[in-house]
Amino acid sequence: MSEIAIKINNLGKLYYIGEFQPYKTLQESVIRFFNSIFKKSKDKFFKKDYIWALKDVSFEIEKAEVVGIIGRNGAGKSTLLKILSRITPPTEGYAEIYGKTASLLEIGTGFHSELTGRENIFFSAAVMGMKKKEIMHKFNQIVEFAEIGDFLDTPLKHYSSGMGTRLAFAIAAHLDSDILFVDEVLSVGDASFQKKCLGKIDDMARAGRTVLFVSHQMNQIRRLCQRCIWLEKGKIMAIGKTEEVASKYEASFSKLSSELEPREDLDYSPARFFKWEITSSKKEKPNVIDTFEPLEITFFLKVNRPLSYARHGIALYNSEGNLLWGTTTDRIKLDRGIHRLVYRLSTLPLKPGIYYWLVTLFEEHNLIDSWYCYPELLVATEPLACRWDEWAGFLNIPYEFKIHKIS
Amino acid sequence: MKNFLLQKTIIKPLSGWVPINLKEIWDYRELLYFFIWREIKLRYKQTALGILWVIIQPFFLMVVFSLFFGRLTKLSSEGLPYPLFTYSALLPWMLFVEGVSRSVNFMLQETNLIKKVYFPRIIMPLAGVLSPLIDFLISFVIFLGLMFYFKFTPSFKIIIWLPLLVFFTLLTALASGLWFSAINVQYRDMRYVMPFIIQLWFFASPVVYSTNLLPSSWKIIYNLNPMVGIIEGFRWVLLGIESNYFCWDIWIAVVGIILISGLLFFRQMEKNFADIV
Repeated sequence: MSEIAIKINNLGKLYYIGEFQPYKTLQESVIRFFNSIFKKSKDKFFKKDYIWALKDVSFEIEKAEVVGIIGRNGAGKSTLLKILSRITPPTEGYAEIYGKTASLLEIGTGFHSELTGRENIFFSAAVMGMKKKEIMHKFNQIVEFAEIGDFLDTPLKHYSSGMGTRLAFAIAAHLDSDILFVDEVLSVGDASFQKKCLGKIDDMARAGRTVLFVSHQMNQIRRLCQRCIWLEKGKIMAIGKTEEVASKYEASFSKLSSELEPREDLDYSPARFFKWEITSSKKEKPNVIDTFEPLEITFFLKVNRPLSYARHGIALYNSEGNLLWGTTTDRIKLDRGIHRLVYRLSTLPLKPGIYYWLVTLFEEHNLIDSWYCYPELLVATEPLACRWDEWAGFLNIPYEFKIHKIS
Repeated sequence: MKNFLLQKTIIKPLSGWVPINLKEIWDYRELLYFFIWREIKLRYKQTALGILWVIIQPFFLMVVFSLFFGRLTKLSSEGLPYPLFTYSALLPWMLFVEGVSRSVNFMLQETNLIKKVYFPRIIMPLAGVLSPLIDFLISFVIFLGLMFYFKFTPSFKIIIWLPLLVFFTLLTALASGLWFSAINVQYRDMRYVMPFIIQLWFFASPVVYSTNLLPSSWKIIYNLNPMVGIIEGFRWVLLGIESNYFCWDIWIAVVGIILISGLLFFRQMEKNFADIV
């Protein structure tokens, strides 16, 4: 039987927004009073002053689980961590936590630029809950992890930002607790150091620590977390296996932006792309790839005047903006009218996540149209690699592995 | 390891009066130490004269007061050298004022800590009140020097009574510091009001003058200021000036009420600090 580390029941947090007083001025309160009578918009009237940052949030987390919390800005992720860290009390509901907790809600909590690295280590570690003995004991490990070397007795203000970050992490990484709450902090620092920190979180989980982890970077979430909680406007939208929840979350993301940005002014330029879809499968969402099968991708182009010598380019980017693939087709002749540009790919073995197509059209060397396609391309295949290896690389290649003994 | 062996924390809405958790404060005593340690480290970094400021501040005040009140206004100093007379009052007064203002400043400067990490917030005013003790000790050494200069022999009362009086000063500073710092989180107006209050308080306390100047009908009202008793106590212990203008019972009642209500008020405000700062 597994043990519960965190149990949360109907947790809710109400925030008063706006001024301290419920009514700012007499005039305003009179106007609002009449509004509320005549329009019967009592809901609206109240919504202006209160906001539920969290509402009816319930879940359980087992010991040694690493659970990710995802959601857009203002979804209540940080509020949840703040309540669990006892920084702010909930308005309703309760949470039970079994074990010693440590919170990493910010990089370099308690750092002061006038103090030296050594002095900052002591204060910051103490304020995050370490005992003096522990700090002395782990001091050398922290310095080593931070790679600050000769700067140990230099005031923090002379550090590069990278060094400051490393020092902050080094302290956090050595916090000794049963449960760790991490807010979006691993998004800073250089790649190799990030990797080191993620590795450290892995180690913690293997050593039996429970980690609750907020991040916007889905690759980190996919790499670290077995389970995921998706919060939206203070409520739980989904909770479950990371692959499932993360795909759902990303799918919702794309729907939203496609609603936001329709392609307009099709007649404005000589030619304009206006739509794209995956035409090989007949599905509700023509922008989602969920197989390794061959696929057909179609881009729709409206041409307003004949183009005798056009060039067409296509490029595929991931959400971090890395160019993954691109090609150009030269010497195209296009008549007036609507065209379908069709690409057949034998497979597109990408890691699950959000991707962007960029399609371009040139006449001679003049750019006629360039479009970052909406909606985004979503890859929702099962990750094939070992979960621990997801950090490195872009591809999700189906593979077989065998070992043959030769002698 | 079973669950019941682990420390269990229950997080639930805090409504009504929250009791003061002394055990928790005790558990965080090391953090209190680090707060004080950091405050002392930070205090005089990037100042040219550094720790000398601790000596210069009260000494300079003493010189100014001696010139204006001692020489020019010829205020009575009970037959003793005026510098000794006023310095013996400046000792507890500086300890008190520094304690109160550092408590308030902690809450202003460290808003980030309040928002990002949990610890009993009372650690901050406690550190604010305790950290000026170092300054006090240094100023006291200067006072011994002054005594030597004026060939004044202190009495043995110092050994027992001085630590007690310092403790009473700290209590008074904590009581006021709790109120001011908790109010300050919600109403930043306090930042502008504080200097006035401190100034008024200074003249309502017998730092530059002797209580013998006051009509005896004021006795009860005057004693509502707890710093009166503290300063009279210091003058008695250090200089042997007997006070007939001081009521212990009022002092205990006033400080008791401010301290207990301050603790409760601070505790009450504390839970929402992170949402308001």
